[in-house]
Amino acid sequence: MELLKPALGLFFWALLAFMIVFLILKKFAWKPILNMLNERETGIANALQTAEKVKGEMSAMKAENEQLMKQAHEERSAMLKEAKEIKEKMITDAKELAKTEANKIILDAQEQINRSKMAAITEVKNEIGLLSVAVAEKILRNQLSQDSAQDAYVKKLTEEIKMN
Amino acid sequence: MTGKKYLYLVGLAWALLMAIPFTKAYAQEHHAAEAKAETKEEASKFNASEIIFGHVSDAHDWHFFSIGENHISLPLPIIIYSKTKGLSIFSSAKFGHEGHREVYNGYTLDEHNKIASEDKSESFYDFSITKNVLSMLIGVVLLLIIMLNVAKKYKQNGANVAPSGFQNALEPVIMFVRDDVAKPTLGAKYQKYMPLLLTLFFFIWINNMLGLLPGGANFTGNITVTACLALISFIVLLINANKHFWGHLLNPPGVPLPIKFLLVPIEIMSLFIKPIALAIRLFANILAGHIIILSIISLIFIFSKMGQNPAAGYGFSIVSLAFSIFMFFLELMVAAIQAFIFTNLTAVFIGQAIEDAHGHEEHDHHHEEATA
Repeated sequence: MELLKPALGLFFWALLAFMIVFLILKKFAWKPILNMLNERETGIANALQTAEKVKGEMSAMKAENEQLMKQAHEERSAMLKEAKEIKEKMITDAKELAKTEANKIILDAQEQINRSKMAAITEVKNEIGLLSVAVAEKILRNQLSQDSAQDAYVKKLTEEIKMN
Repeated sequence: MTGKKYLYLVGLAWALLMAIPFTKAYAQEHHAAEAKAETKEEASKFNASEIIFGHVSDAHDWHFFSIGENHISLPLPIIIYSKTKGLSIFSSAKFGHEGHREVYNGYTLDEHNKIASEDKSESFYDFSITKNVLSMLIGVVLLLIIMLNVAKKYKQNGANVAPSGFQNALEPVIMFVRDDVAKPTLGAKYQKYMPLLLTLFFFIWINNMLGLLPGGANFTGNITVTACLALISFIVLLINANKHFWGHLLNPPGVPLPIKFLLVPIEIMSLFIKPIALAIRLFANILAGHIIILSIISLIFIFSKMGQNPAAGYGFSIVSLAFSIFMFFLELMVAAIQAFIFTNLTAVFIGQAIEDAHGHEEHDHHHEEATA
């Protein structure tokens, strides 16, 4: 039963010591420690929040990038298509032009050829005419060198005229 | 693995050291046998209860061990205030040794190691620095050194540096008191009570552990100390209790008048039973732990005295050691658990007193379960 008897002195010292420890620790230990813990926790919470925000921003940026990439792809294929069309158009145009040019050249050439041919033919005709006149002259000269022959021819000519 | 080995070693060393004070028992007995020339049978009787209660009681000197006739103990200051003689301060060595007490300044120590005045009618107040007070002072100094250093580290490092060393060891405990004791029981106003809860927790814990050291005092296993701590938490409860709490206590709403006459006294009783339960719980747990360990070690000496041969005692010492090592680890756990329970119940009681009107009933049940 001795153990259950409270002692005044021990009570006094325990109370005093506890109070002093409480006051000292409250001011110099618990306050800074709890403040720091709170600060750290809010810091961590903020950091997490920021990280989450940044993550959101990143994904938005990624989506934007993808959009841009897609757009760029589309633009590129459109440009390629356009370039192809232009190329084809240029080729066709060039072909067209070349064709017309060639035709024109051919026509010119043909005209030239025709002209030259006509000239040659005319010349040949003239030459043949001259030659045939010369030949006829020579023949006539030869046939009409005798008087009888001249008479006969004249006769004939007169007959012909008569007959007409 | 090395950690485990280390723990075993510490346990073993502790158990051996714990047995040292029992040499005092031998010495005393020896002395008594010679002086009083008692019969052999009586002399060989080992008075375990006297030894155990001597150890768990407060004392005016800190006895470590005895070698033969030499008692190695630290005399402690005696501080007495009496209306007639005024304040007297002197060393407890002036009272002489156990077995042959001397009278000093009209005071002496009685058979319970309590100060008694020669003049029986004279009333005096004993404010001596006893074994328990000194043990508490050591605990308090340790607590202040540890906590102020940890606080300094927090201040130096700032909030965003990971804790290290002792700070790292204490931070989870502080967080535990905050998140698992204060927040669930006290709600939004928990911050106001954090310093009290933390001080209670660490004060009880460190003193519980100091009590486990070989030759340590039984500070937290003393009813005076636990009553003092319970009184502090009770006063905090009374100061902070709100109108809602007093209203429910003194005039329970929705209860018929005849029942009120029954209920209100019960409620008032329950209010006072709370701190009493707090005090007795801590006192009984720590005291029981000390008594069990001391009893297990006493068994060695009881067995060694049973026959003519002390071999039984030597043989049983192995069992005793194993048991006391086991109990020591259990008590280490109990030291923390009882500190937690005291703090938690203080928080729960204050939580009930500061609770707002809503959700009262449901909470009450929870708290009662926790108390049980």
